[in-house]
Order: sequence, then C-alpha cells, then structure tokens
Amino acid sequence: MYQWLSARKLKTCGATPGGPSIVGVDVTTQTIIQGVVLKAGNDGVPNGTPAGNAHVRLLDRDGEFTAEVPTNSQGQFRFFAAPGSWTLVVQAPGARVEKQIEALVGANPDIVFSL
Amino acid sequence: MSRDTSLVSADWVAENINNPQVVIVEVDEDTTLFEQGHVEGAITFHWRDDLQDGLIRDLISKEKFEALLSKSGISNDSTVVLYGGNNNWFATYAFWYFKVYGHTDVRLLDGGRKRWELDARPLVRDLAKRTATRYVAKERDNSIRAYRDEVIAAIGLLNIVDVRSPAEFSGELAAPAHLLQESGQIKGHIPTAKNIPWSKAANEDGTFKKDAELKEIYVGAGVDLAKDTIAYCRIGERSAFSWFVLHELLGVSNVKNYDGSWTEYGSLVGVPVAVGA
Repeated sequence: MYQWLSARKLKTCGATPGGPSIVGVDVTTQTIIQGVVLKAGNDGVPNGTPAGNAHVRLLDRDGEFTAEVPTNSQGQFRFFAAPGSWTLVVQAPGARVEKQIEALVGANPDIVFSL
Repeated sequence: MSRDTSLVSADWVAENINNPQVVIVEVDEDTTLFEQGHVEGAITFHWRDDLQDGLIRDLISKEKFEALLSKSGISNDSTVVLYGGNNNWFATYAFWYFKVYGHTDVRLLDGGRKRWELDARPLVRDLAKRTATRYVAKERDNSIRAYRDEVIAAIGLLNIVDVRSPAEFSGELAAPAHLLQESGQIKGHIPTAKNIPWSKAANEDGTFKKDAELKEIYVGAGVDLAKDTIAYCRIGERSAFSWFVLHELLGVSNVKNYDGSWTEYGSLVGVPVAVGA
C-alpha cells in the first residue's frame, strides 16, 4: 500500500516541495488530490528540482481514466475528485511512475513523486 | 474520412514545419501552454475567446469564422494541422469545428502536445507571422452536429454514447477531476446511453489505438454502427474526440457530436436522467 509521504520532510535545494496553494478552495466539499513531481538526486531522493514537463493522470478504482493535467513550472499538479481509491500515473520524457492513494473529502496530504 | 487523410504523425509535422501549404494550429484547454512553448510555426486559437460566440451559447457565426481564419492566414486550400494538450480534446473539437464549416483538408497530430513533449521534441516561444487571406467558409454542416431535441428523440432508439469518465457517467463526479466539482447541473447521464469513455480509444501517450481495436471498443460495447450515433460529454470536447475516432478514423458517416452535451442536457427541465453505472 502507498504510504503518505510528507512533502515537508524532504530535503530541498530548489523549489519548496508541495502542491499548489489551496487558498480560495472550498475544502468542506472538494476532495483535493495534489502534489508535486520532482527530479531525483543522485541518491534517489527528490532534490527539489521541479519537473515542469510531466503529465499526471488520475485513474479511478477500476483503472479508468478520470483526468489528466500537465505539471506547472513548479512541478505541481491538482485534482478535484471524490473520496475513495485512486491511482496517479506520472509520465515524463523517459519516465513513468504510478502510485495508489486513498482520498478523503478536503485537502489530502501532498503527494510527492520522484522521477 | 480515414486515418490517412485525417491524422498525421509527429514526424510528418516535423518535416512540414516550413511547408507553406501547411498551417499548424494549437488549441488547448489550458490556454497558457502556447505561450510557454509551441511547435515552431504554429498559431493558436483560444477555445473560448476565438471559438465561442460569447453572447449566446453557440459556435461563432460563419462570418466570424471566416474573419478568424482570414486574419490567421489560413486559405481555403491550406492543410490545417491541429494539435493540443490534454490528449487533443480541444484540438479534436477544433477539427470538428473546421468540418462543420466545410474546410477540406484538416488533420490532427496523433498524440498531440503530450506525445510531442514526451518525445522531447522542440518547442519555441517565437510567434509566427502569417499573411492575411480571404477565407470563405461553407454553411454549417449539421449532419455532424446534434441538437438537444434530436438527442431526446434518440433515447432508446439510436446509439447514444456518453464518452465521459465512469465517475461522471454514474453521477459520482460532476466534471473531469482537474476541474472544481461544481453543481450547476444535476449529475447522471442520458437514459440508454452507453458509457464508452473517450480514453478507451487512446493509448496512455495520447495516440490513437489501431483501427481494429477502435472498432471493437464500440461494437463490443453494443454500438450498432448501422444506426445513427450521437456522442456527448460535458461540453462537447471529449465527444469531439470520440466523434473523430468514429467519423474520421473508422469512416462511420452517421455520427454526430452533441456539443451542448451534459451542461445543456443536465440543465433541461423535465427530461429523463439516469444515474449509476
């Protein structure tokens, strides 16, 4: 199973890891799935360099496509989904990473991908 | 109406960037993408500002379409190549739009912007300059556009294909999950519609599957291709994608895109609605 990874505990040398700001989003009704895609350092740990050329795909519990967004220049992405099980697939030149998550109503913990 | 006349590869586009006969047009849902970088020589149409009437909910008029293409330097005999982000959703909508107004040679870049990016092909920020033309459009071809009354009349009789995600079809979500889940419309789908998500027709990189696989997706889900077919989604872009698959790649002539889609149907008073899978 996927373990939530706290973005705040990662070492950084560039952009601050974490999803886009949720200021102005109604967290009482929206199920917010968001995070950041970072390039891995030599030790395999995200080094804070954002991957601004990645595509993040959200699949439902049956593996069906639900949405897809490109990451922004900070490597961030965001979805408004519904409570339940989802799979995130990140595609970037030469890379493909998949994670399963459980989402609740509100702002779920940021998801960090390391390419 | 075949893969050979409607679809081009990234290699083909790369080879034709300087071909004066070819006009490359990017159409995105995220309209900031173009300015961040685009295929060399490409121009862009804004899906809302350029392609929606703005006062009433409709396509722009024939005269406005002619003015848009004229100022963009597109001639009646130009080969127009469309591409865009989000797996070509809005580019296929523009493709359908060009066909509604009778443009002869319009093609889609297979895989769109995503495949281009995943291949790490070059994107530029320079803006192309094109010489204005005098474009003359044809009258709207309503054989590829469905209106709400014919959709209601088609319930239980014709093929209605809901190409949204299963979560939208069932009523769990109101919109694709990259958008806020707003409740302007009720949730659900048109009764007797078959849920065949647009994404079934595409590979993960956004390119189309092979014709034999594509046909099986629709026929296998119970679409009788001898009957007329209406495709719909939320606002008509994803259904343009599925319309493109059926009408252009598979050459099925009796297919219409209902561009009013769920944002219209889900707002109508008194029409039947179904929920659940």
